[in-house]
Amino acid sequence: MSGSKEIVGKIKSVQNTRKVTRALEMVSASKIRKAQDLMQASRPYSRMMRQVIGHLAHANPEYRHPFTIEREEVTRVGYVIVATDRGLCGGLNNNMFRKLLAEFREWEEKGVEVTTVIIGRKAAQFFRRLKVNISAATQDLGERPQLEDLIGSVKVVLDEYRDAKLDRLFVCYNHFVNTMTQRATFDQLLPLPPADEGPMLQYWDYLYEPDAESLLNDVLTRYIESLVYQATLENLASEHAARMVAMKSASDNASNLIDELRLVYNKARQAAITQEISEIVGGAAAV
Amino acid sequence: MTSTIHCDIVSAESEIFSGDVTMVVVSGEEGELGIAPRHAPLLTRLKPGQVRVMLPEGGEEFYYISGGMLEIQPHVVTVLSDTAQRAADLDEAAAVKAKEEAERAIADRSAGMEIAQAQAQLAQAVAQLAALERLRKQLKR
Repeated sequence: MSGSKEIVGKIKSVQNTRKVTRALEMVSASKIRKAQDLMQASRPYSRMMRQVIGHLAHANPEYRHPFTIEREEVTRVGYVIVATDRGLCGGLNNNMFRKLLAEFREWEEKGVEVTTVIIGRKAAQFFRRLKVNISAATQDLGERPQLEDLIGSVKVVLDEYRDAKLDRLFVCYNHFVNTMTQRATFDQLLPLPPADEGPMLQYWDYLYEPDAESLLNDVLTRYIESLVYQATLENLASEHAARMVAMKSASDNASNLIDELRLVYNKARQAAITQEISEIVGGAAAV
Repeated sequence: MTSTIHCDIVSAESEIFSGDVTMVVVSGEEGELGIAPRHAPLLTRLKPGQVRVMLPEGGEEFYYISGGMLEIQPHVVTVLSDTAQRAADLDEAAAVKAKEEAERAIADRSAGMEIAQAQAQLAQAVAQLAALERLRKQLKR
């Protein structure tokens, strides 16, 4: 039985691989749900935040915070890049990076410098090989990202924006459309797009304690943080969805491979038996 | 029927409370605040502390928040609670940490270079060993 033992070994090894990919698939399937719940839970905050900012813009139109002013000349742009910490999630990260690089090239052609803030280990691994400025990085956010982990990185870019080292700020992440589709998305964080609200009906203003400027600053900072946080959660859900799909196709491939190998094995076995019988028959005939 | 005011308490990670209440008591930065319906619009920072909401059916609920913002509109109170301890120096520390992380990522670039160098050296060593082996065989003959 030539080679049949090797084929059995191969089948075993593919079966083991399939076990692993199946397990990963099921783990991700259960984690999608959790990530989606987190996503849902974080929405009210930024919705409320947006309302407050809308009210603020409404209440004192004469005061313009630096975050809301569009700068005419753009010489440096910042990207907050949200990627996954772990791999095995298909082309999720790479698709986004490819899109990003195209954007970077466009900026470069215009003579605009690009600075990045990196969230997630895969992004760190990718962008370390490139000649891109990295002004802050965060990784190992885990299954339940905490806003706390992002505060530092966001502060770094906001400070740079305030010091006019950045003229525009974007966040890019994978938007979770559904389990099958995740779309690499770039959103502008700064300058804040003006809130589109109806005309002012009557003049009113808040009582500020202690003062308008610092409160506005706090609100806007938190708003940006919450947007980045949401991007992180969305990316997490996308990661699990992409991993589930990738692992499912890996398991399917493994099954196909096993079927093929089994066929080859059976053929080899059959051939060996046939040969043995013909040898015996041949031997008997000779006698 | 007592008049009520709508109260939302939200944090970045979850919605904590939403509903009609007769009064909200919070500890603002400038002092304790009791907010009854038709309060004047107000915006303030909150200190870490309790938020007490009084329900129209009677009874109270308590929440602890680690600071945040409070917005009051005549019929809506919004408590934007922080999930983390916030202070200028703490934020600064977090920012420094993020920068360090970035520097480490860049520093690893040179580590990558070293690996390449190490691989080149290893390849050289292997070639030398192979040459030695060949020499030895020739000598044996």
